[in-house]
Amino acid sequence: MFDNISSLFRSIAPAVDFCSLRVVDETSEQITVRQNVLQPLTTTVDRGAMVTVIHRGGYGYAATSDFSAAGLKEAIHRAQAWAEASAGRSVVDYSKIALPRPSGRYASPAAARPDLPRKDLIALLMREAQDCKLDDRIVDWYASLWTTSSTQLYVTADGGEVRQDFHFVIPNLAVTANQGADTQTRSLGGQYNGYCRQGGLEILDHAGFHGSGKRVAEQALELLAAPNCPSGTMDVLLMPEQMMLQIHESIGHPLELDRILGDERNFAGTSFVTLDMFGSYRYGSELLNVTYDPTRPEQFASYRWDDDGQAGEKAYIIRNGMLERPLGGAISQARAGMDGVALGGVANSRACTWSRPPIDRMANLNIEPGSSTLADMIKSVERGVLMDTNVSWSIDDSRNKFQFGCEWGRLIENGELKGVVKNPNYRGISASFWRSLKAVGDASTFNVMGTPFCGKGEPSQVIRVGHASPACLFENVEVFGGEA
Amino acid sequence: MQQYFSELAAFIGTCLKSGEQYKCWLAAEATDFVRFNKSAIRQPGHVRRIDLTLDLIDGMRHAGSKLTLSGDLAADRDQVARSVAQLRGQLPDLPEDPHLLIATEVHSTERIVPSRLPAAGAIVDEVLAAARGYDMVGILATGPVYRGFANSFGQRNWHEVASFNLDFSLYLARDKAVKTAYAGFEWSSDQFRAKFDDAAAQLELLKRESVSLKPGAYRAFLTPTALNELVGMLNWDGFSEKSFRTKHSSLRRMRDEGTQFSSLIHLTENTADGLAPGFQGDGFIKPERVELVKGGALAGSMVSPRSAKEYGIAANGADTGEEFASIDLAAGGLPRERALTELGTGVYISNLWYTNFSDRANCRLTGMTRFASFWVEGGEIKAPLNVMRFDDSLFRLLGGNLIDLTLERELLIDGETYDGRGTGSALLPGALIKDFNFVL
Repeated sequence: MFDNISSLFRSIAPAVDFCSLRVVDETSEQITVRQNVLQPLTTTVDRGAMVTVIHRGGYGYAATSDFSAAGLKEAIHRAQAWAEASAGRSVVDYSKIALPRPSGRYASPAAARPDLPRKDLIALLMREAQDCKLDDRIVDWYASLWTTSSTQLYVTADGGEVRQDFHFVIPNLAVTANQGADTQTRSLGGQYNGYCRQGGLEILDHAGFHGSGKRVAEQALELLAAPNCPSGTMDVLLMPEQMMLQIHESIGHPLELDRILGDERNFAGTSFVTLDMFGSYRYGSELLNVTYDPTRPEQFASYRWDDDGQAGEKAYIIRNGMLERPLGGAISQARAGMDGVALGGVANSRACTWSRPPIDRMANLNIEPGSSTLADMIKSVERGVLMDTNVSWSIDDSRNKFQFGCEWGRLIENGELKGVVKNPNYRGISASFWRSLKAVGDASTFNVMGTPFCGKGEPSQVIRVGHASPACLFENVEVFGGEA
Repeated sequence: MQQYFSELAAFIGTCLKSGEQYKCWLAAEATDFVRFNKSAIRQPGHVRRIDLTLDLIDGMRHAGSKLTLSGDLAADRDQVARSVAQLRGQLPDLPEDPHLLIATEVHSTERIVPSRLPAAGAIVDEVLAAARGYDMVGILATGPVYRGFANSFGQRNWHEVASFNLDFSLYLARDKAVKTAYAGFEWSSDQFRAKFDDAAAQLELLKRESVSLKPGAYRAFLTPTALNELVGMLNWDGFSEKSFRTKHSSLRRMRDEGTQFSSLIHLTENTADGLAPGFQGDGFIKPERVELVKGGALAGSMVSPRSAKEYGIAANGADTGEEFASIDLAAGGLPRERALTELGTGVYISNLWYTNFSDRANCRLTGMTRFASFWVEGGEIKAPLNVMRFDDSLFRLLGGNLIDLTLERELLIDGETYDGRGTGSALLPGALIKDFNFVL
């Protein structure tokens, strides 16, 4: 399919200011064993193309799964019609924006472990699942493996062409224990697939999947026997499996340039960050260093070019606590510049699939490691809670007032880790929370996480993002647990 | 599209070998999406998608594939034939599925609401004309949505509805805005104008100086839209039979301990009056109504075919996720026009946002106020409310703290577009609540 579609597209592309074709061919399979029973197996093949036309200042797109010449012509006609209909009535004169004409090829890192036949993968999951049922308090459990191969082609009518081949691997396992009204679920990296990376089955090793059934089940039972997390203002030590969510919601989304420009105000929301803050606003303590990094090969949202063809490079978003640049692709950067503010940006104009247009999406957004060991950080805490693995998240439409919950907590008292606590939650305000960052873990505390389920956009899109982080320590945080 | 699906289903039947069965589900749409920001067009476009989920069954073994199809029958036949062959090759590697339940009784149905929609461009012209001088942001989605089911027993189900949904907000500044939606099957310029003018009138109230509340419990009135955010959280495994059995349901205390909502609460999955298809993905027909809560007490659950087989009970038309799609909360006795008077002093909440569980065992939720919410004194709106975070249990909010529900209800049409345009709806009243607990 990819052999001749570029030439077909170019042969029928119209005489307009700009025209591109983006093709996605993606095959995925999710194998799940629940309570030692293989769940219905479905292989998904998602294949289609989006044509984008810019002409006389207007913009239009059309998505089709018909790759015939007639199908592509129909899509071009529809995209051109919308471009003409929106000319002079759009948020910006799109014809004045210089979009890249990229060329090249990119691929996920080669698998360090060979792929396995489906029946061997099922057996692997079955073994872990069978280890979960430690006693009758274990009421539900599953082990799963979700693999996706995605080829994405971006072609411009004026000669640009890039092809990117991705391979995603997402292992997961979760165990639910119950006693009376109390139910506790513990998982491997989160019930929403926090361990998600590019590569091969070596990702199962990195995620600690092998042997996780018994280990996670034991932790679920530990939670069941644990007291509720205490309430009060105290230190909070967040592990990478929770930091990923903290970064995502209270740094990533508020810095997405399309939100700042108002596109998302009817749905995902606006931002407490305004254009004038870049370059001068203290986002966090001096220990906070945040990077956009699409170059870390194994991370979930690594790529060479975004879906508007802009090449991605690692860039500091926040350096030593100071806000430097927004998360905005070529079109948003131009829109913001036209509003009179000269900003940088990054290559993060992305679409979740062929039937949705690119919008600003954080990709890999990471916190750079600091210099503290985990032991150092624990030792520095007089009273606090270590929290691990997100289970609940909520934040206001300006991305300021948040409340997050974790699966697992441990008390820290007088510099020592104490017992497990259940239902650990905390709340705060983004604008002040990051300034309370008082220690950043070193590379030994660092982990590469992400989520396949970042939602945003009208029409809505669920996209892959990556978040790598060390453990981080915050002071004066409002903490609470469940009701007795 | 119906003819295309019918011919495709017939072709799938010809691909089978002796002893094999199939079932398939089609989800398709041809939608014009027009995104607006600052009363201008941000991204307009057209999306045409056809997705077929095909399951090949041989005894108790089965395997599925979900395919994007082109709409060209000849090309799609080839793709489907290849898929059937691949699935056949998978089956020997798969164990028997003890929870497979197949719809063997044939119940064919058809619902078609033919398009009476104007061209999307004509709607855009009206929207932009009305929005001139305002800061309008939102999305128009218009066009037909299709759902189909077929199996080797000869059952055929078809659902085809052409509709539009204009979901938009008028902004005053920063986060101060009025959100509204106009949805239906036939565009009326008068109805649109009335909706727009009503939202614009509310903008005037937002011009007053806003207030921030201290955390604490406040008397509150929730519009049907705001209440929908709370009731919608019960779709996060709340009424799922599997979740009751695995003790994950946020309503497990209702089943296990007899905990009740207020006797005012009557919740029903009301497929008969909803907008979703009357059949589910495995071909089981949905009952017209499934009672979930009656007089405050748990009365039922959503049971998928898979849970039915696993737990040895009857299925009731639920899909795999065991979520409601056409929820109906019975009306109360409070006339809508008296809502502010009965509220007296407290908060009027038009929208809630970003809800999640903070303590599932106690059905405790957290979330935010959003859009045009107000501080009310003596039955009169005094000031816009700065956003507040709440954290409270539905066992309290819809239990002892529920004063009344409104006499009038609103049909809220699901505008979700994550995995294609949604077909769900909710028929809900507003709610007057004694203590609504704000925490931040």
